[in-house]
Amino acid sequence: MASEALGTAALDTALVLDDPRALAAVSLIWREAHLLDARRYEEWDGLWAEGGEYIVPIDREATDYAAHLNLVYDDDRMRRMRIERLTSGFSISVAAAARTVRSVSRFVVSGHEEDAIEVCSAQILVGYKRDETFVLATDVTHRIVFGADGPRISRKIVRLVNSDEAVTASGFLL
Amino acid sequence: MTTTPDIDSLAQDDRVSSALYTDPALFDLEMDRIFHQTWVWVAHESELPKAGDFRTAYVGRQPVIVTRDRRGGINVLVNRCRHRGASLCEVPKGNGNGFTCPYHAWSYALDGKLRGIPYPDGYEDVLEKKDLGLQRLKVGVYAGMVFASFNEDIEPLEDFLGGARLWIDRFMKQGAGYPIKVQGEHRFRFRGNWKIQLENTTDGYHFPIVHRSWMASVDAETANMLSFMTDEKAVTHALGNGHSVAVMVPEHVDLDEDDGTEQLQARFGHIIEELSHEFDPDRVRRIVRSLHGAGFNLNLFPNVAMSMSFFRVLRPVSVTETEIRHVALGLDGGPEIVNRERLRIHEHFQGPFGFGSPDDSEAWDRVQRGVTGGPSTPILVNRGLAREKPNDLGQPTSHTTDETGMRQAYAMWKRMMTDGK
Repeated sequence: MASEALGTAALDTALVLDDPRALAAVSLIWREAHLLDARRYEEWDGLWAEGGEYIVPIDREATDYAAHLNLVYDDDRMRRMRIERLTSGFSISVAAAARTVRSVSRFVVSGHEEDAIEVCSAQILVGYKRDETFVLATDVTHRIVFGADGPRISRKIVRLVNSDEAVTASGFLL
Repeated sequence: MTTTPDIDSLAQDDRVSSALYTDPALFDLEMDRIFHQTWVWVAHESELPKAGDFRTAYVGRQPVIVTRDRRGGINVLVNRCRHRGASLCEVPKGNGNGFTCPYHAWSYALDGKLRGIPYPDGYEDVLEKKDLGLQRLKVGVYAGMVFASFNEDIEPLEDFLGGARLWIDRFMKQGAGYPIKVQGEHRFRFRGNWKIQLENTTDGYHFPIVHRSWMASVDAETANMLSFMTDEKAVTHALGNGHSVAVMVPEHVDLDEDDGTEQLQARFGHIIEELSHEFDPDRVRRIVRSLHGAGFNLNLFPNVAMSMSFFRVLRPVSVTETEIRHVALGLDGGPEIVNRERLRIHEHFQGPFGFGSPDDSEAWDRVQRGVTGGPSTPILVNRGLAREKPNDLGQPTSHTTDETGMRQAYAMWKRMMTDGK
């Protein structure tokens, strides 16, 4: 189940509501969205499987992310350092973080494995900071693994519609 | 009626007026007298390796296309059809035979010559194609850095760069024998005047304060490498023509010089191991010592900095808005593991989700918001004035936490704004 470019990903025709695993994945993705809006980053970390990859690419067509410059390219270590930065109180942009409200929808299953599925979705985030309200639109692809502890995120790719333009984001995560 | 502002009182040796960040009339004058007069950085040659390669850029507020033509020449062309003004190119980069206007299909060659006009009969005895090429800017290239100017009479690029050339040459040594290439870029905007960012590049004073969360996230060796606050060898030089350099890692000023005492950082152990299969130990050491880039930030007035391992490019959008690009660099033809590590180092600090840039951006936003209070209160750029002395080249020199670089930039600002030269 390679994480393919959006334009070529094979999509299930079945509704996610009819597939218990897809439904569990969607529930996890919604919970993740809630935790990120609430900036509950330590709890967010608990949603990840060991070895999880969290990537916000610049090139929307890229699949070999390591060979490209990304906005975020996190393994476990970088993700935990990022959480440390977001919770330590040492960052002035985090102290002044935008408030965010996001909704995630348009769920489609794009891959199946024995112990994992891949789900594509649309995320619309509205942010507010000082006197400005702004919108960030993203295509998101989650790979969710089902282990002994239940579903966990093993890969999350967030493709901003404007990733190759100027992106303004302050003190929050996509 | 526009009156000429009193530039002398707006920019003094140790302070500048808040109006420099807030006055739209001053911004318009800056576009005319600085950005449309001087050399403005538009690209690095590695972005245009082949004939037909192009990228878009700005000179001041004007959109331009930078191209490599069939003869290998670099052209900088205003991105505007000579017919009814439509933009010719709306992609950031690519490769092609030329540019065709989407409106009436006037087509232009890579050097800007007007090649074709559809249904030309309506133009008989009306126009000559040779008169209607794209507007061309003067182009200068130094060490792969491509600059352009609207000013046909501008001094040669090498003269303009002057004392900065030595530092450009030193910067390029981070290639460790390979040419430098562009590997990608982060772009973001902040709601503030462009000079707030210009000041920041040689502002060593802010580093451990604004970037505390980044310092806390890196290994002790990297944090120690950037502990220059009380290091007497960390100095800033004013290089003339608005340019300045702030040394943060004195032992990495000239990467060809190595007394052998420096321990290679443990974080690069996996790279050292892989490179050792292919290169002898001296070569491995030379490459790995260069992974963080050069040990200084070089600020080239008015729009580009060569900042340790990347280029910082600023674009004034309006008096209160600026776009920043942080251009990641790698070794052209160099080991893949090294180029990937450089990407990861860049991602760690730079960009809207980096551990450094958002905090800079927040500080700059706060300056722009703050200066609306007490508009007659000056911005102070006097740190280190009493300890600033000429070095052996006669360049004003002080500690890297001092504001020597800002004073140099504002002296050039004042000169250009006063006489427009």
